[in-house]
Amino acid sequence: MTRDDEFRQTFKIKGRDFSHAGGVSTEIKEILQEIGIPTQLIRRVAIASYEAEMNVVMYAQQGKLILSINPETIQIEVEDKGQGIKDIELAMQEGYSTATEEMREMGFGAGMGLPNIKKNSHVFLITSTPGVGTYLKMIFYLDHEKAS
Amino acid sequence: MTDYFHTIRIDPAKCQGRMSCLRVCPTQAIRVRGGKARMLEDRCIDCGECITACKSGAILPLTDPVGELTKFRYTIAIPTPALYAQFGQDILPGKILSGLRRLGFDDAFDLAHTCGEVSFVIQEYLKENKGPRPIISNVCPTIVRLIQVKYPSLVEHVTPIDIPREIAGREIKKKKAKQLGLKEKEIGAFYITPCPVKMLSIKQPAEKGKSHLDGAISISDIYGPLLSAMETLDKTEENNSLENICLLGLGWAIAGGIRRTLKLKNSLAVSGITEIIKVFEDIERGKLKHIDFIEAYSCPQGCVGGSLTVENLYISYNKILQLLETLELEKVKACPDIVEIRKRYRSGYYFIEGKLKPRPLKPLYEDLSTAIQKKKEKEKIYNLLPQIDCGVCGSPTCQAFAEDVVRGEANLTDCFALVPEKFKELSQELIKLLNKTAQSFSKSPLGSKSSSSRKKGGQ
Ligand SMILES: Nc1ncnc2c1ncn2[C@@H]1O[C@H](COP(=O)(O)OP(=O)(O)OP(=O)(O)O)[C@@H](O)[C@H]1O
Ligand code: SF4
Ligand code: SF4
Ligand SMILES: [Mg+2]
Repeated sequence: MTRDDEFRQTFKIKGRDFSHAGGVSTEIKEILQEIGIPTQLIRRVAIASYEAEMNVVMYAQQGKLILSINPETIQIEVEDKGQGIKDIELAMQEGYSTATEEMREMGFGAGMGLPNIKKNSHVFLITSTPGVGTYLKMIFYLDHEKAS
Repeated sequence: MTDYFHTIRIDPAKCQGRMSCLRVCPTQAIRVRGGKARMLEDRCIDCGECITACKSGAILPLTDPVGELTKFRYTIAIPTPALYAQFGQDILPGKILSGLRRLGFDDAFDLAHTCGEVSFVIQEYLKENKGPRPIISNVCPTIVRLIQVKYPSLVEHVTPIDIPREIAGREIKKKKAKQLGLKEKEIGAFYITPCPVKMLSIKQPAEKGKSHLDGAISISDIYGPLLSAMETLDKTEENNSLENICLLGLGWAIAGGIRRTLKLKNSLAVSGITEIIKVFEDIERGKLKHIDFIEAYSCPQGCVGGSLTVENLYISYNKILQLLETLELEKVKACPDIVEIRKRYRSGYYFIEGKLKPRPLKPLYEDLSTAIQKKKEKEKIYNLLPQIDCGVCGSPTCQAFAEDVVRGEANLTDCFALVPEKFKELSQELIKLLNKTAQSFSKSPLGSKSSSSRKKGGQ
């Protein structure tokens, strides 16, 4: 359900489409700038949404990202259809990666994506069903009190 | 709103509303209204792209007329190292400086020397500073402004070391005033510039209150007279030797010159705004943390590609490159003493007086809740548009047009595609919408279903 005071937009992400990869997070950044979100928070959202977008590009067939902004929070949900993650605890560890040689050559596969999403968001949730897909939710508080 | 000073002037008498400027502007700072181009001051970063694009010659750069010189009792020319690339292979910096003196300047100062000094300083700073990586150079004022306006979170990556021309202006005035028994303000320091934006950085520095330079003269204005002046020099005055050239400083004329002469491994040299934007996006995503230093120039190949230069940029790039190679081979390094530089560095001598501040574009509305409503309104309007970015409305893209309408700076009727019949029903819907939004900040059904997903071009 969308609140009256909320802006919401859905973006599609295509798996394996490296030439457009990163486009969604750039659009999100521009929207946040238009709305006047503080610069440092934009940076956190940009990093987290980029990592989530790239994981869909690298490890799933397709996915969508839903951005919702209301006066208190920015929420990003990313849902994909793909291989899913067997061991989430392992995937969350810094340095753990199943990226292929090619992906590493493109500068990915440091195993830092998920840890960085967690670090940059205020609330982070991940669920996954192997062979079906993965769902991420991150929340960023605009209010600094709640943020800390 | 702050009044920004710009070096770009649009002459309405000459403007034919051809709209070529509209498309090239990297920050979407141009609108064509009533058939004439207009610049949105807070968006312009003075890159000069529109000057080149305008076929009517209606967009003009602003530099100082040579006449400004007469205001001072003593004048010094401080040319950009890119000037050294404008003449044939055999004309070396020493001769060019002599030519400037012959032209009527009381003195001409070799800025490459200060550039070399600052190269060492950058090296020191990279060693000591543990702040966010990569550090971005501030040589090109267009790039500094691009960061302030479109990448405000990268402001803290920009080096706080002052630019060579400012340090040179400051120091040479002090020295000459003492030597000649003059007041500093009686000495005029004039920068010979490859681009209009450096003129701007003298009139309105991005960081501090006032520049140490008194004006700028374009390479293209001085080129002809300087060439003639050099021809009148006799052999003894020429000074045409390799001996005095500071290798490190000469590198500042081309993109990649700093990293090459300092042998910086983890560094990048990027030129051209489109390429730079890609790199800045990556920095914001945290992707380039392993890079220490980025040399960024808005002009292709660096300052030799400046819009007020004369020589073909590939030829001039090549001249600098060959000179660097010769100097490296002959081991000429007439650069300042690093021990002395380290001492000064610690005393704060090289740091910028003010602090660089972000200058982010103004949001749709100051207050967040209203801005969110405006954004919803903008999306509704955008969805009414053909989304082909034709530019006929006078805004660079349909997105920009929707934004202009929401801000009250354009009328929906300016869009040609909204033909009368269709327009009637759309405008009625829109009027309803606008009315609702006006009273909707508490509760309104607006957007409860329809805005939850948006049709995206091509999908
Ligand atoms: N959406 C996803 N679908 C399937 N597997 C995923 C997904 N996201 C992450 N993974 C798995 O979790 C691992 C760790 O992800 P993480 O983003 O932390 O690192 P990475 O993507 O391998 O490298 P980096 O993000 O640093 O480029 C991945 O290698 C992959 O095996
Ligand atoms: S100088 Fe550059 S930023 Fe300014 S209006 Fe022209 S193209 Fe746009
Ligand atoms: S790169 Fe171009 S715009 Fe930037 S300082 Fe050099 S000449 Fe001027
Ligand atoms: Mg990843």
